[in-house]
Amino acid sequence: MINLLLLPILIPLVTAILLIFFKDRVVWQKALSLVAILFQLAASVLLVRRVYLEGIQTLNIGSWPAPFGITLVSDMLSALLVLTTSIVALACLIYSFYAIGKEREKFYYYSFFQFLLVGVNGAFTTGDIFNLFVFFEVMLMSSYVLLVLGGTKMQLRETIKYTLVNVISSALFVIAVGYLYAVTGTLNMAHLSIRIAELGQSSVLTIIAVLFLIVFGLKGAIFPLYFWLPGSYYAPPTPVLALFGGLLTKVGVYSILRTFTLLFYHDTSYTHALLGWLSMATIVVGVIGAIAYRNLRQIVIYNIIVAVGVITFGISLMSPESLEGSIFYLLQDMVMKSVLFLLVGIVVYVTGTNDLNKFSGLIQSYPLLGWLFFIVALSLAGVPPFSGFIGKLLIVKASLTEGLLFEAIIVLLSSLLVLYSVMKIFMNGFWGEKKGYEPKPIGALYVPVVFLILLSVLYGVGIEFIRPFIVEATSVLVDPMIYIQAVLKE
Amino acid sequence: MNNVILRTITAVVVPIIALFSIQLFFAGHYYPGGGFIGGLMAAGAIVLLLIVFDIRTVRKMIPINYQWLIGTGLLFAVGTSAGSLLFNVPFLTHAYRYVHLPLLGKTSLHTAVLFDTGVYLVVVGITLVIIETIGESD
Repeated sequence: MINLLLLPILIPLVTAILLIFFKDRVVWQKALSLVAILFQLAASVLLVRRVYLEGIQTLNIGSWPAPFGITLVSDMLSALLVLTTSIVALACLIYSFYAIGKEREKFYYYSFFQFLLVGVNGAFTTGDIFNLFVFFEVMLMSSYVLLVLGGTKMQLRETIKYTLVNVISSALFVIAVGYLYAVTGTLNMAHLSIRIAELGQSSVLTIIAVLFLIVFGLKGAIFPLYFWLPGSYYAPPTPVLALFGGLLTKVGVYSILRTFTLLFYHDTSYTHALLGWLSMATIVVGVIGAIAYRNLRQIVIYNIIVAVGVITFGISLMSPESLEGSIFYLLQDMVMKSVLFLLVGIVVYVTGTNDLNKFSGLIQSYPLLGWLFFIVALSLAGVPPFSGFIGKLLIVKASLTEGLLFEAIIVLLSSLLVLYSVMKIFMNGFWGEKKGYEPKPIGALYVPVVFLILLSVLYGVGIEFIRPFIVEATSVLVDPMIYIQAVLKE
Repeated sequence: MNNVILRTITAVVVPIIALFSIQLFFAGHYYPGGGFIGGLMAAGAIVLLLIVFDIRTVRKMIPINYQWLIGTGLLFAVGTSAGSLLFNVPFLTHAYRYVHLPLLGKTSLHTAVLFDTGVYLVVVGITLVIIETIGESD
């Protein structure tokens, strides 16, 4: 089946369309979207296996040969990201079943959920820069709707901001693609890579690279383009937020990773040094936000920004070790951020407030919830047996190899402060005397959370099993010729 | 209010606009036109009806659920593209053939027309959903 790499895009697309017809039948909607996610998960597992066994998969849409048609490319990195997306989406979907409420479900909630997955999976899989733009738009438009669906005052206000920022960044994206097309005359990423190598990345191309950094930085929230994120991510309901926190910013990070390793890797002294400084600033700003707030959601939101900074710092170093670290960290961070939002959602469901000062002693009524949160806090900070360790270790090691002592110290200190920010939630909210909440049953809300935490613990323990996949993903980033040859088949 | 002139002119003009929309749609492969502009034109004809009559009358004239029209259009487009999966060729690979039809003579039939039909339906559906939703909300 040569269309295998298309299935993670096609399955949610068909599901989203079919869901339009069952607007009022909530039970059917739930059943159909669950089945679709399971199929998507199976397809992405098969895809990872296929890429592992047979190398990079490419598909020339419409049978038009590579530089002329649209090519979908699934290397190990994008296959792993698609797999992680399916896992996160499955958990968020199950959480939605219990948490999202009838009014939203009857207004195409699950349809937009699936369209969001189309956009994310498409952005991870495409091999064409304009097609990447289109999938960005698919993803963003569904996210506008998911953000505003429900129509509370705060959602309306934040959606205006979010839409405005993203419309501007999309316009910049089109302009950047236009410039790039004017200089190189092609849109296929592999072909672009060849053309840019021929031109030796002249100063015009460096400017375009910075423009792309601005565009993807706006999507992925790096300093100083992160300003829209804290407000916008405060507004939507929990499962939507978990989906956003797990997937949306990571698509921006993936795009930076792809463009800076495949296209603009000739003049690293300028672009990558810039990316390195911006990443440092991103980490610092994120950490300041995470320790400043005593509001559950805001703490987690600023933790997203810290993680984005750490990953982009790994990209800016451009050594095999740091890229491997970035990929390790990216994959676990997608899972950890969504599980953290889901946990915060459960806590808010029980206590009815986001304010850390208003409740304490949760562990007396919810021991399981408390210890799950504890595990998540440790993995987030990168304590050895858990999942966040290996990625940061590799990034710090690569940073020291490059002689960047100061940066390595900032990354390590950021881990400490991230740990402090989540342990603040744990110690103030879960310990102490019981106040500020009435125990009520949580039941099924545990299911997606336990599922994700179990996976992340296995990810941390089973590094030896996962490493070959990550190494294969890194090899393509280190040597763009592998990618180019797979696409253009010269 | 008595708009006899407006209503009579609309009755004459709407079929012409509809024909022009269909002409644009079918000419799309060889001349400027296609699903998008054709769909907009068809929606324009219905918008003219909406201006001259009220929403309820137009619904009675054209009893279509526009949300379903969007879904149907998308199914057309995806179905045409995904048909290639059955033959194990890349997604969106189209097929065409020349056939001799009575009256029309030698005509090329291309699966891209089915894709464009999808575009046409989605454009009509979305335009009218937007206009009717805004028109109905107070």
